[in-house]
Amino acid sequence: MIAAKGRPRPRPRPRLRLRLRLRAPRATRTNALHPGAWWIWALGLGTAASRTTNPLLLALLVAVAGYVVAARRTEAPWARSYGAFVKLALAVLGIRLAFAVLLGSPVPGTHVLVTLPELPLPDWAEGIRVGGRVTAEGLVFALYDGLKLAALLICVGAANALANPARLLKSLPGALYEAGVAVVVALTFAPNLIADVQRLRAARRLRGRPDRGLRGLLHVGLPVLEGALERSVALAAAMDARGYGRSAEVPPGVRRTTAVLTLGGLVGVCAGTYGLLTAEGGGYGLPVLLAGLGAALGGLWLGGRRSLRTRYRPDAWGVRAWLVAGSGAAVAALLILYAAHDVYAAAALHPGVVPLTAPTLPLWPAAAVLLGLLPAFAAPSPTDTRTATATATATGKEPS
Amino acid sequence: MIRFEDVTVTYDGATRPTVQGIGLSVQEGELMLLVGPSGVGKSTLLGAVSGLVPHFTGGTLRGRVTVAGRDTRTHKPRELADVVGTVGQDPLAHFVTDTVEDELAYGMESLGLAPDVMRRRVEETLDLLGLAGLRDRPVSTLSGGQQQRVAIGSVLTPHPRVLVLDEPTSALDPAAAEEVLAVLQRLVHDLGTTVLMAEHRLERVVQYADRVALLPSPGAPLTVGPPAEVMAVSPVYPPVVALGRLGGWSPLPLTVRDARRRAEALRERLAGIPYESPHESPYEDAGTAGPVPARGGGTSPSRRTPRLFRRRTPQTSGTRDTGATRTPVTHRPAVVEGLSVRRGRAEVLHDVGLTVAPGETVALMGRNGAGKSTLLSALVGLVPPAAGSVRVGGLRPDRTAPADLIRRVGLVPQEPRDLLYADTVAGECAAADGDAGAEPGTCRALVSELLPDIADGTHPRDLSEGQRLTLALAVVLTARPPLVLLDEPTRGLDYAAKSRLVTLLRGLAAEGHAIVLATHDVELAAELSHRIVILADGEPVADGPTAEVVVASPPFAPQVTKVLAPQKWLTVSQVREALRASGGPTGDPR
Repeated sequence: MIAAKGRPRPRPRPRLRLRLRLRAPRATRTNALHPGAWWIWALGLGTAASRTTNPLLLALLVAVAGYVVAARRTEAPWARSYGAFVKLALAVLGIRLAFAVLLGSPVPGTHVLVTLPELPLPDWAEGIRVGGRVTAEGLVFALYDGLKLAALLICVGAANALANPARLLKSLPGALYEAGVAVVVALTFAPNLIADVQRLRAARRLRGRPDRGLRGLLHVGLPVLEGALERSVALAAAMDARGYGRSAEVPPGVRRTTAVLTLGGLVGVCAGTYGLLTAEGGGYGLPVLLAGLGAALGGLWLGGRRSLRTRYRPDAWGVRAWLVAGSGAAVAALLILYAAHDVYAAAALHPGVVPLTAPTLPLWPAAAVLLGLLPAFAAPSPTDTRTATATATATGKEPS
Repeated sequence: MIRFEDVTVTYDGATRPTVQGIGLSVQEGELMLLVGPSGVGKSTLLGAVSGLVPHFTGGTLRGRVTVAGRDTRTHKPRELADVVGTVGQDPLAHFVTDTVEDELAYGMESLGLAPDVMRRRVEETLDLLGLAGLRDRPVSTLSGGQQQRVAIGSVLTPHPRVLVLDEPTSALDPAAAEEVLAVLQRLVHDLGTTVLMAEHRLERVVQYADRVALLPSPGAPLTVGPPAEVMAVSPVYPPVVALGRLGGWSPLPLTVRDARRRAEALRERLAGIPYESPHESPYEDAGTAGPVPARGGGTSPSRRTPRLFRRRTPQTSGTRDTGATRTPVTHRPAVVEGLSVRRGRAEVLHDVGLTVAPGETVALMGRNGAGKSTLLSALVGLVPPAAGSVRVGGLRPDRTAPADLIRRVGLVPQEPRDLLYADTVAGECAAADGDAGAEPGTCRALVSELLPDIADGTHPRDLSEGQRLTLALAVVLTARPPLVLLDEPTRGLDYAAKSRLVTLLRGLAAEGHAIVLATHDVELAAELSHRIVILADGEPVADGPTAEVVVASPPFAPQVTKVLAPQKWLTVSQVREALRASGGPTGDPR
C-alpha cells in the first residue's frame, strides 16, 4: 500500500473507470443479495415459462436460468441442489414422454410413428387406452408440455441454488421468527444425521462387521436415532440457556387483539378462497379473502411486538436486489402483456401441434426473456478462488 | 454474584442426592475452579447456576441458588440468559445457527440488542478469540478447538456477568487451550466477569483460579479455599503439585515458574542420579521395543524409507539381516510410507511415514485438525490413501474385510460409545466375541480384568466416561490385535481414570501390543509413549524419542520436564523412582 502511494499508478481511462464502477462487486456478507430477490426473479421466470409452450422460448428460459446460476452460485452446500433439480426436470420430461407413448394422447394425429400392441381393456375402463398408435403430434404435444414443467422446476432449482435458505427464513416477520429458527435447526439436523450414520457405519467396520450394505444401515438405525434425540435435548437446553423464547410483556388487550386478528384473518382467508373457487360465491370471494389476509398480517405484525428479537445484519434490499427482482418480474409481466395484447401471440407462444408446424422464435418475447440475464451482471459475484484471481489479473489491481 | 445456599439436588429415580448440602458463594470478578473426580456432581452444580438444573433436567433442587440476585427457582434459564453464559462439554450440541458470525450473534438477537451494538460486539469477539478468518465458515466444518472458541464466543457476545464453563479445554490442543484460558483471564481481569469452571486438566487451569472448590467424593461437602491449600488435600492434582508434594514444599507450587524456583535443590540432587531414558524405564523392560533412534524431521521420504527398514531389523526378529527387502517387514504392526490422504480438494495428510514396532507406544500430537485422527482412520482403512501405502500386519487396511482386519488392528474412536451397540455390558461382550471369533467369555474376562466392579446388566450409557472407554478397549482387544489405536483417550477422564488407563496401556505394550495414540494430553504422552510424532498441517514435523521431542518443544512438554529442564525427566513417578533408587528420604530433598 505504501509502495503504491509512492509510485502513483496511471489512472484508468474514463471509460474503463466507468466499467469498473458498474462491474458487480465481490459478494460479502454486507452486499449479499436479499434471498427474496432471487426467489422473485426465479418465480418471474417460472411464471413466464408457464405462459408458453414454445420449445424455443422455454429452452431460452432454461438457458438464461442456467447461465445466471453458473455465474453467481457460490460453493455453499445448498448451491449444489441445482444439479438435482436439473436431473428431476429431465426425469419429469422423460416420464411425460413415456406416458404419452404408453397411454396415448388426447391429441388427434395423422403422422403415425409406430403402433404398439394395444392392451384390450374391459368396457368400464372406456376412455383409457394402453398401447396403440403413437403419433408424432402426440409426442410433440407431450414434449412441449413436459418442457414447460421442466423449465418451471429448473427455475425453482435456480432460486434454491442462489438463495441461502437459512437467510430467507430469517427474513420472516418477527412473530414467525421462532418458527424460522426451528426450521433452520431442522435443516442443520439432517446433515448431522447423515454424518452420524457415516460415523456409526465406520464404527461397525471397527467391530469387524461389514460396513456396507443394507443390513449395516439398519443396524446403526437405533444408535443414530438415540444420538439424534440426545443431541436435540442438548440443543434445546443450549437454546433455552441462550434466551430462546424470551418474550416481552405486552398488555393483555394487545394479546387478545392479536389472537382475534390472526384467527379471524385465517377464517377470512379460508372463506374467501372458498368463495373464489365456487361458482356462486364470485361476488364476495375476493373482498373476504383480502380482508382475511389483511387481518392475518395485522395479527402477525401485532404478534411481533411480543418478540424481543432483533436482527443481526439483515440482508438489505438494495439497488441490486431491485434489479434482480425487477428483471424477473419484468420477464413475467412482458410475456403476460404480450400474450394479452399481441394478435399473433397465441400462435407464437403456443405453436400448433395439429397440424405440425415448426415453432418459430417470436422476437419480442425472446428479448423479454433475455432481460432475465440481468442478475448475472448485477448481482455481487461470489468470491471464488478462481474467479477472484482472474478478476485481479484482468483488472490489474487489487483493492488496497 | 453466585450464591448456593444449602443446595441438594436429587434426580428423578436416583436413590440418593447427586450433590448434598452445598453452600458456596462466588464473588463478582472471581475465577472459581470446580474440581473433583468424575461423577461427583460438578456438571450438576454448573447446571444449577444457569437454571438448567432443575428446570430442564428434571429432578428436585432443595435450597436456593441465586445469580446476580435472581433466584433460579423463579427464573427460567431463558430469563437468566442475559446474566449467565453457559458452555457445555460438547460445542457442536450448542450451535443453533449454521455460520460462525450468526452463531456469535444468536444470543444477542434473543436478548433484543440493538443492531449496531450486535455488529460491534461480533467484531470485537471475532478479534478477541482469533476467529476473524472464519467468520463466514459453516460451524460444522471447523476443527474442535475452533468450535470450542466459537461456543465460548457465542456466550460472550451478550456480555454476561457470569460465565459457566464445563471442561472448556479438554478437547483442545495445548496452544488452543492457552488461547481460551488467556481469553478467560482477560474477561475476568478487564471486565470483571465472574467465571465458574469445571475442568479435569488441572495442569492447564489451576494457576488461573482465584479460589478452588473441591468436591472430593459424591455427596461430600464442598471444600473451598485458595488453590494451593485445596490442592494439598485434593484427590486430584496436576503434576506440578505432585512434584511439590513429593518435595514437601509449602505452599505448594501451582505454576511451572513457582516450582522451578523451588526445585533448585531437587535439580541438584537429581543431577547426580544418572538419567534413565524412558525406553529403559521399568514398564518397557518386558517389551520388545529397543532403543529408538531419533529421526530427523527434514529427511526426504526416499532417504527415510531404507533407514526405517534397517532400524527395526534387530527388534522384530532375532536374526540380523543386511537386506532391506526382507519379508518380516510385512509382519510389523504398521508401516506407513509416503501416505497422502485427500478430503475433497484438501490434502489432509501429506507424505507421512511411520513405522511402529511391536511393544512400541507412539503418541501422535499436533494442533486440532493437523491430521492425527485421519492418520488413525487410514490405519484402519476408513479412508483410502490418495498416494503412498499403508500396511497393517502386511495387509492393506482399506482392501481388507473388516472381519480379518480386527485381528490386525483395533481403533478406539474419539467417542467410544460409537463402538457400543448392545444395551447391556454382557450383550456387548457376547457380540464382541462373535465378531472376533473368539472363545465365548473372552471379552467378559477382559472386562472383568479391566473393570472389576461392573455388573453384566449395566447399560453402556450409564457407565462413566472412563468405564465406557475401558469397555470399548476391551471390545477391541477381544480380537487380540497386535496394533491398538486410541483417538483422544483421555478426553473427559479424571486423574484416577487416567492413571488406570496408563497402567492398562503399559501392560498391553509390555505384552507386545503396538499402541498408537492421538492425543493433546502432554502428560499422558510423557507417561506412556516411547516416541512422539508431531504433525502439523498433515505433515510430520518432529519424530523422536519422547524425552528429546518434548524437551525440544515446550508446547508439548509436560510440567515436570519444564520444571526440571535441562534434565530430561518426564513424570513425577520417574523422579520418585530415581530418588528412591538413590536412597535417601523422598520426603524432603533439602
